[in-house]
Amino acid sequence: MNHLAEAFNAALASLNAHRLRSFLTTLGILIGTMAVIAVVSVLQGFSDSISSQFSDLGSNTLTLEAKNEQENFRRGQINRLSFEDVDALRFKVSGIERVAPIISAPLGATLYRGRSVTPQVLGATEEAQDVLGVDTSIGRFITASDERNSRRVVVIGTDVRNELRMPENPIGEFILIGREWFRVVGLLEKRGEIFGFSQDNRVFIPFSVARSLTGTFERTFMEVSFTVTNLAEVNQVKERAMRTVRASRGIEPGKPDDFEIKAADSFVKQFNRITATATAVLAGIVGISLLVGGIGIMNIMLVSVTERTREIGILKALGATRRDILVQFLLEAALLSLLGGLIGIVLGLLAGMGIASLIPNFPPAHVPIWVMIAAAGFSALVGVVFGIAPASKAAKLDPIEALRYE
Amino acid sequence: MIELQGIVKRYVLGDETVLALAGVDVHIGRNEYVALIGPSGSGKSTLMNIIGCLDSASEGRYILNGRDTSSLSEDELAAVRNQEIGFVFQSFHLLPRQTALQNVMQPLVYRRMPPAERRERAAEALRKVGLGDRLDHRPNQLSGGQRQRVAVARALVGEPSILLADEPTGNLDSRTSAEIMSLFDALHAQGQTVVIVTHEPDIAAHCRRTIRVLDGHIVEDYQNPARAA
Ligand SMILES: Nc1ncnc2c1ncn2[C@@H]1O[C@H](COP(=O)(O)OP(=O)(O)O)[C@@H](O)[C@H]1O
Ligand SMILES: [Mg+2]
Repeated sequence: MNHLAEAFNAALASLNAHRLRSFLTTLGILIGTMAVIAVVSVLQGFSDSISSQFSDLGSNTLTLEAKNEQENFRRGQINRLSFEDVDALRFKVSGIERVAPIISAPLGATLYRGRSVTPQVLGATEEAQDVLGVDTSIGRFITASDERNSRRVVVIGTDVRNELRMPENPIGEFILIGREWFRVVGLLEKRGEIFGFSQDNRVFIPFSVARSLTGTFERTFMEVSFTVTNLAEVNQVKERAMRTVRASRGIEPGKPDDFEIKAADSFVKQFNRITATATAVLAGIVGISLLVGGIGIMNIMLVSVTERTREIGILKALGATRRDILVQFLLEAALLSLLGGLIGIVLGLLAGMGIASLIPNFPPAHVPIWVMIAAAGFSALVGVVFGIAPASKAAKLDPIEALRYE
Repeated sequence: MIELQGIVKRYVLGDETVLALAGVDVHIGRNEYVALIGPSGSGKSTLMNIIGCLDSASEGRYILNGRDTSSLSEDELAAVRNQEIGFVFQSFHLLPRQTALQNVMQPLVYRRMPPAERRERAAEALRKVGLGDRLDHRPNQLSGGQRQRVAVARALVGEPSILLADEPTGNLDSRTSAEIMSLFDALHAQGQTVVIVTHEPDIAAHCRRTIRVLDGHIVEDYQNPARAA
């Protein structure tokens, strides 16, 4: 171990003797590693934040929503789900565990002691808590009894509480939504932002209440999330649900669907696919840049072996074996490459942080520690691999010829 | 301890063959003090390199300390150079980026000796050649004579059985040459076996035995008349 430490010091000293050249040699490795770390840190930070925001949605959750082409909006013929569709899912499709309809209730401003905000008002049943993963930090969510009795209760987001300057614990306070008074029974857990849109500026009221209050509104928007009992059957359940909903919407055979059923996590999956593709492309680019960097190192190491031919002859005269010389030059190549890799990692981290902070609302950069270790290990490996040819050239030198070399 | 029998060394350059040594028989015993003399190109260095196991003969047998060197592997030859031989060269051949101490420690690195012990022995060797106060100087911070003394310290630090010096004073002025030669004289007096290649009669006169080489043959081999001490 001691000898390795010493060989390490010797290699370091020899690189130090040609600082500028060593630096230029390892630039290829440096830039390659820096590029990976910068891009990985940005992608990973992004991916982390996306996944954490969607992680509450289980993969056994499906969402039914109406489908609208751009044209529909222009013509004003907008497809909407009906309450019959919800009931069809609830009662006519086997294999469904829970159904959580969400209805938007554009009831207007929300008031509290003279202050006003306009949050997104959603009608939901108790199922939403599990199906959509909404949780309360204080108080409770909508219950079955709220729904049955059409109680005027509300669960509010943290933005709403803050904007209305309600007490830290708002339970028991009354707020006016549109023309109705609601009693606050719960505070939603803070969710943060996705793409700059706050997820906390919303309130939930019982579905039955939202339904009766918006009965007259034309522009009510509804979607229904539901979970399947058996994850393995998710595709069959989806098929059955498609058929049942077509029937309930009276779509004639042969006509296209005017609704769709999506897996709730498909966005996350799609995003992860994009990330994976980007990572693979990146890995390719990095591979090439490391190859180029490795060739640069091999080239300079060959030059260095030639320059130090006499020195190698001296070491052999003093009793160095081939292996001693081989190890010395391999270590030098590995160290050269590793130093480039380490500087690249540091610069890459800084670059990633810089990029993430320059884009507004972009999540902070993050690099998993294993990526850094792998990058460092890989750059050292490149040095070893491309150091083999120069090092074995050095090891094989004939001592006499090496000593005579001018 | 050194037994050369019918040593031939050929160098093949394209279709031309140079016969550097044309059948050499020599015996050199323990604590001898030998000068190898002869004109330039006569084969002195070739002979010395074979004795030092840096080079191998094309023909003949070389027995060193009872071992036939032709049967030794590359690694075993490296070990012989490390443990049995101490080389001193005309152009010093110090490692330019390393200090005097590090240069002298280098042979001991290949003995896998612990650093502390190595350092101690190297410092001791440098003190012996009168450079106890130059341990941390690099070769370019030393004079020619001092550099050659570092080289001598490096050759001696491993306590080799033979000290080989190829024109050790060739790059030195006469005053420093005399200093180096008195160093060799002292080493011989302490029991060291010393072989010096030279073409200068003054240098050869320090030795007890002279071997004259000409065109790859030994043409003369005699004990020097006793010198006035
Ligand atoms: N590596 C070599 N290749 C070809 N010829 C060589 C080589 N080394 C020495 N010679 C030749 O061998 C002869 C002896 O050389 P050398 O032993 O160096 O002589 P000296 O040391 O007495 O001046 C010379 O003719 C020289 O040209
Ligand atoms: Mg010579």
